[in-house]
Amino acid sequence: MSGVITETAVTIRVDGQEVAVPEGATILDACDAAGVETPTICYGPTLTPVNVCRVCVVELDGSRALVPSCSRPAEEGMVVHTDSERVRHSRKMVLEFLATGVDASQADELGQWAEHYGADPDRYVPGGETMNEPVRVQDNLYIRDYDKCVLCYRCVEACGDDAQHTYAISVAGRGFGARISTEFDVTLPDSACVYCGNCVAVCPTNALQFKTEFDLRQADDWRPEDQTVTQTVCSYCGVGCNLELHVQDNQIVKCTSPDDHDVTKGNLCIKGRFGWNYV
Amino acid sequence: MADLHFGDDQPTEAERAAIDAIVPQADAATIVETERVVRGGRSRRHGLRHLLLPVLHSLQHEIGWISPGGLNGAAERLGVPPAEAYGVATFYELLRTTDPGHRDDIVHVCVDPACALVGNDDLRASLEADGARVHASPCLGQCERAPALFVQGVGRPDRVPADDGEDFRLPQAGDPGLRVLRRVGVVDPTSLDSYRSHGGYQALARAIEMGPDAVITAISDSGLSGRGGAAFPTGIKWRAVADEPGPDKHVVANCDESEPGTFKDRIACEHDPFAVIESMTIAGLATGAPHGWIYIRGEYPRATARLESAIVQARAAGLLGDDAAGGGQRFDIEVRRGAGAYICGEETALFNSIEGFRGEPRNKPPFPTTHGLFSQPTAINNPETLINVLDIVIDGPDAYRSVGTERSPGTRLFCLSGRIGVPGLYEVSFGTTLGELLDLAGGPTGDLSAVLLGGAAGVFVGPDALDMPLTLEDTREAGATLGSGVVMVFDDTVDMEAIVVRIAEFFRDESCGQCVPCRVGTQRQHEVLVELHGSGQPLAPQRAELIDDMALAMVDASICGLGHTAASAVRSALALGLIGNSQ
Repeated sequence: MSGVITETAVTIRVDGQEVAVPEGATILDACDAAGVETPTICYGPTLTPVNVCRVCVVELDGSRALVPSCSRPAEEGMVVHTDSERVRHSRKMVLEFLATGVDASQADELGQWAEHYGADPDRYVPGGETMNEPVRVQDNLYIRDYDKCVLCYRCVEACGDDAQHTYAISVAGRGFGARISTEFDVTLPDSACVYCGNCVAVCPTNALQFKTEFDLRQADDWRPEDQTVTQTVCSYCGVGCNLELHVQDNQIVKCTSPDDHDVTKGNLCIKGRFGWNYV
Repeated sequence: MADLHFGDDQPTEAERAAIDAIVPQADAATIVETERVVRGGRSRRHGLRHLLLPVLHSLQHEIGWISPGGLNGAAERLGVPPAEAYGVATFYELLRTTDPGHRDDIVHVCVDPACALVGNDDLRASLEADGARVHASPCLGQCERAPALFVQGVGRPDRVPADDGEDFRLPQAGDPGLRVLRRVGVVDPTSLDSYRSHGGYQALARAIEMGPDAVITAISDSGLSGRGGAAFPTGIKWRAVADEPGPDKHVVANCDESEPGTFKDRIACEHDPFAVIESMTIAGLATGAPHGWIYIRGEYPRATARLESAIVQARAAGLLGDDAAGGGQRFDIEVRRGAGAYICGEETALFNSIEGFRGEPRNKPPFPTTHGLFSQPTAINNPETLINVLDIVIDGPDAYRSVGTERSPGTRLFCLSGRIGVPGLYEVSFGTTLGELLDLAGGPTGDLSAVLLGGAAGVFVGPDALDMPLTLEDTREAGATLGSGVVMVFDDTVDMEAIVVRIAEFFRDESCGQCVPCRVGTQRQHEVLVELHGSGQPLAPQRAELIDDMALAMVDASICGLGHTAASAVRSALALGLIGNSQ
C-alpha cells in the first residue's frame, strides 16, 4: 500500500472482476485484492515504488502504453487487464531481457515468472553484453555481486530515502553501463555505509549477500532446506526490533526482520543485523 | 555536516575556487545541528542541490575532470551525498570522472548520420593526426554545416569552430512568408534596441493589455501545438498551469534539442534570443509563474551566451524582474546548461537535471502542469513553440490560422540536411508536401532513396512519400511523424545499414538505463543490427521477429518517449527494404 489511505473506497475492474480498494491504493493493491498474482521485481512492500523494472505492467483502458501497476494509483472506474496479449508480451520481454544480461541463478522468483511467461533468453545474438562485474568482497559482513544485479534501485532506496538515509550508494553511469556504485566505486568501508544490511534485505536477486551465506555457497554448503528460523527480540537497545535468526548446523547464518513488523519494517541496524557472534 | 559522510579527498585550491564561482559563500548549505539534513528526505535536500550541475560544469571546465576531491568539495558544499553527486557526474557525456592526464581541450566530432555523409571519419583522422584530443560525439546540432565540431575548453571558453567568422544567412532570407524566422539573420541578436526596432516587445505589451485569460484563450484558439515532437496543444498546457493555485510555478524553455538532425532551436536562440525571452515572459505572466528557466544544450556555447546577454539587457530595461515590463508580476529567467544527455530533452528528465538529480524521466502521470520542476506546476515549451506565441498575441488567432491546415495551423520549421542541395533551416506552412520542401531546398543531390523524417526517433519514408503533406494529421495517418522537424535526405549511394546501425547505437548510448525495456532493449537491438551489418546476409526471419518483439515491449512498457521511439527508425528502414535484404 502506498500513499494516504482514507475511508473512501475506489472501485475498479481487474480482468472483469470488480474490486474495491481504499483511496490511495495502487492498481497492484487492487490486483492483490482480486486474487490476481502479479510479478514484481523493483517493487518492495516497504519501499516507495520506483516503477523501473516494468514487469508489473498492466493494460489500462484509455491509456496508450501499458502502465506500471505498482505505482499507478487506482482511480474510480478504471478497467485493467492483467493477462492480455500485450501484457504477457511485455512481461515476457522484461524477464527475457534481464536473463540475457544478468546471472539470475539465485533469483528463484524471477526464474519462476520467466518460465511462466515463456521467456527465451537464448534467442538473442550470441556474445551480447552482460553486467560482467567481479564480486566485490570488501569486508566480513556482506558482499556485492553485480553480475546478479537487475538495477531495481531497491538497495538505493533502502540506503536512502526509504529507510536508512545514509545515501552510500547511487546509480552511476548511464544506459546498459549503469551500475549501483559508491562515489568513484570506493570500497564500502571507505564509503558512507553503516552496515545496517538493509540493502541486502531488499535485494531480489542475491546480488547483495551476507558474507556468511556467500562463504557457504562458495563451499557448496548453503542449504536453506536445512535451516530453521528462530524469532527473537534484539537485546541491544530498547526499541524492540524483531529478529529472525536463520540457523544452519546450529550456527546463525543470517539475520533478518519481518517486513510487516511494526517497528522495523524489515530494517535493522548493524548491531541487530550482524552483532550475533556472542550467541 | 551531520549525517553525510565524505571521504578523505579534499578539493584543491583551484577546485575550491571553481566551486566558489558558482556557490556564493553566503549561500552555502548551513544546516544547524538540530536540523538533521536527513529529515524530509529528498524534498528537504533540495536547498542548494539545483546548483550541482553548474558546479560540476565549473569543475570540469577549470580542472578538466571531476576529481574525488572536487566531487567531495562540491557535495559537501551543496549538502548532497557524494555517491549521488557521483551518480549525477557519471550521467553526462561532457563530464569526466577519470583523470585524463592532460589539460588539453577536447574536440568533439559528430558521428551521427548527417555528418557521416560528409566525411566526419576523415575529419576525425586528420584531427587525431594533428594531436587533438578527439572524442566521438552524438549529433552536435550543426547538421546544416556538417561535419560538426565542438571544442570543450579546459580553462578556456567552449567554442564551435564553425561559429568563427560565420556569415550567417537563412536560405529563405527575405521571404515574406517567414513568421518564426522573420528576424533571424535580420536583427542584431546582441542588441535589445535592434530587437525593438524590428517589432520586439510589442507582443509583451499587448499581452499585458489583454490579460492572462485572453492571452491563453488566443493561444488555444490559434491551435498552436508543441514543436518539440509530442505536438501537445500549448493553450491547454498553459491553461492547466494558470489554473493551479499558488505562486510557485515555473516556465521552462526546453532548448536541449539533441534529436539527431535537429538544429532549429540553436539557430533561433543564436539569431533571435530576445524572442525567446519575450515569449517566455508572456508565458510567465499568462500562467502566473514568476520563475523562468532556460535549459540549453551544453554544446551550444554561442546560443547560451546570446541568451544570457539578452536576459541581462532585458533585466536592465525592466523587462524582467520584480515587475516585469510593468505587468504587475515578478518574472525572471535563469539559464542552465545541459552536459551532454539526449534524454534531458525529455521534460521530466530535464526537471531532474535542473534539480541536481540524474536526468532520469519520471513516470507520468502526474504531469508537469501539476508536478513539474521542483514538483511544482510548470509550463515547458521549446523555443519554436514559444516564438509562435508572439504573432498570435499581436495578430490574433484568425490571422495565425490563415496558413496551414485546420488541424495543423501555422508554419513549421524544418531542418534539412544530408544529400540535399541547400541544407539549412526552412519555414513553410503546414501542408506543404515533402517534395515541395525538398525542391525549396534545391532538391536531392542524387537519386533519392529515403528521407529520415522527425529524427532518430522518427521514421524513414521512401520516394513515394514526396506527395505527403507535412501536417500532424497526414504524417500520423502515414505512420510517420514530424517529430522535431528533421528532414534528412539520403540517396542510393549511402550505406543505409551503417546509418541504421548508428541510429541503434545512438539510442543504446543515450538510454538513461532506468527502465529494463529501454536499457536492455536498445542494447540488444544494436547487437542484432551489428550482426546483420557484418553478415552481408539478409535479415533472418527469427531476427526480424526478435526486432519486432523488442520494439513492441519498448513501445508498450518503457517509461518515456526515448524507449517508445527507439525502434521506429529501425523498423521503418526494414519495412522500406532499406536494410536487411543484402544478397
